[in-house]
Amino acid sequence: MAVKKFVVGSFDDEAVLFPAVKKVRAAGYKLHDVYTPFPVHGLDHAMGLRETSLHTAGFVYGLTGTTTALSVMGWVFTTDWPMNIGGKPHFPLPAFIPITFELTVLFAAVGMVLTFCYLCQLAPFVKKHIFHPRQTDDLFVMAIEVTGKNGEEEIKNFLASVGAQEINEQTAETGWWLGRYDQESRLYGAPATVNA
Amino acid sequence: MKDQFVVPARLKTTSFALMGVGLLTLLIGLFALHGEHGDTRFWAGLLQNSTFFLMVVLASTFFISATTLAHGGWQLTFRRVPEAISMVVPVLGVIAFIILMVLVFGQKEHIYHWTNAEHVKHDPILTFKAPFLNPTFFTVAAVITIGAWIALTIKLRKMSIEQDSWVMTQEAGRRLIWRNTVWCAGFIVVYSLTVGSTTPWLWLMSIDAHWFSTMYSWYTFISSFVSGMSLIALFVIYLKKHGYLEYVTKEHLHDLGKFMFAFSIFWTYLWFSQFMLIWYANIPEETIYFIPRMQGPFRFVFFLNLIVNFILPLLLLMKRDAKRNYTWVAILAVIIISGHWVDFYQMVAVATVGHPVFPWFEAGIGLGFVGIIIFITATQLAKAPLTPKTHPYLKESIIHHT
Repeated sequence: MAVKKFVVGSFDDEAVLFPAVKKVRAAGYKLHDVYTPFPVHGLDHAMGLRETSLHTAGFVYGLTGTTTALSVMGWVFTTDWPMNIGGKPHFPLPAFIPITFELTVLFAAVGMVLTFCYLCQLAPFVKKHIFHPRQTDDLFVMAIEVTGKNGEEEIKNFLASVGAQEINEQTAETGWWLGRYDQESRLYGAPATVNA
Repeated sequence: MKDQFVVPARLKTTSFALMGVGLLTLLIGLFALHGEHGDTRFWAGLLQNSTFFLMVVLASTFFISATTLAHGGWQLTFRRVPEAISMVVPVLGVIAFIILMVLVFGQKEHIYHWTNAEHVKHDPILTFKAPFLNPTFFTVAAVITIGAWIALTIKLRKMSIEQDSWVMTQEAGRRLIWRNTVWCAGFIVVYSLTVGSTTPWLWLMSIDAHWFSTMYSWYTFISSFVSGMSLIALFVIYLKKHGYLEYVTKEHLHDLGKFMFAFSIFWTYLWFSQFMLIWYANIPEETIYFIPRMQGPFRFVFFLNLIVNFILPLLLLMKRDAKRNYTWVAILAVIIISGHWVDFYQMVAVATVGHPVFPWFEAGIGLGFVGIIIFITATQLAKAPLTPKTHPYLKESIIHHT
């Protein structure tokens, strides 16, 4: 994608993070993302992210499952290979319902997991820049993109004023690339490595 | 903050009007429905409505007990609503008991044909079931069942009002939670032994005394529970629209909506479990129950039941926005309650009335019961502050976020 310049600040308290996110947005800085070690209730609203459409995708996958189950079973038992099972009709809807239900759930679940992985760009060997090694451990990490409007020093000072602790400047690739995390990772070492 | 409910004159008038409709229908029914068929229909209508509405208001007590045992704090902002609804149990309990006693001892063999001792003698199935299905057992079970429901419901309500005057120290808070837990656990045991098993067998399944289904009680229980949740949602929405229940937000409505949605699907699951096993095994003594419903005169009611209680809630309550919209949830609540009323109608009417008729009598009596529920619930809501201010979990409920 593109290599961009970021100012990164870390917070150790949710109660400081929330007002900071709001202030950063109010001041008009370009918030790249906030990384948290666990799901934080309401943070998506504070960041102004739009409501996910993952559930709509799930509904569509579910419908696909229902249709697949009914049409395949219907075709097999009425056209392809009709059998007399206990004198039941060739299209015994009540007997098909459990399988239809299972396929609906299977399609919805697998489809949503894959869609989620796609949206989050998660896959084996897909690597993304990590702004701070402790962002999956005990720190809330906020990355602000440096745009032409605001200088780095200005953003740094602003982050310090809203309560960020470690503040540094990183140049990072915003997209993903193929690689392995167990290589070139140095936990708790020097500030996170910069991948140009 | 408006925390003390005052019954609006309009609500009172509405409830009296509905009760009037019920009473008028009862009187018209007394005169218009005579002869063997008319008499059967008269009592079948009363049985259907009294058991349905009694179990629906009892679902409120169940809701209180279940959430207390699960330490569910989210419902406390509107906790006084299910409490007020549960106080209808004593009145409807007495009404249902009187109707059941008339059915058992008043020679209503067209409804409970096992009450005829002469008939039971020549019927091996009924003779086999006689130790369970006999007037004495029925009466004793009804007295114990309804008595325990009334006593425990009143006890739970009394404890909740008492706690308002407590000084809530940590010590007192612990004692309150412990005391509630013990009594609610007691109610759950009673509830599972009655609504969860014997009550629907005795009151409703014994109409088709030759037939039996092990899913029947669960299916009846869920039918009443999902309607009970809808009733709670309706009163919560009513109070919210009139400026009460300041702490109730869309988050609470969302969770009530989830209950209505999830248990509509659970109802279908149980309904289908009962239906599919019978349909697949195809044994005559079991299919006899479904033949008049599926292929006979009640075909329309059979499919209406499925559409209103499954397809409509499934599609109309699925979206998040739908569950967070007061008007939408209110509409769905009315649909769900009417749908399960139809469900109880087909439980009772098929084996008694035998052919579908325009249900003016059944609906009129039903409106009468709705009037009673509105009147008592409103009066009870006005008796105590709408927020249980001293409850230790109240804060959890106020900041509740789905």
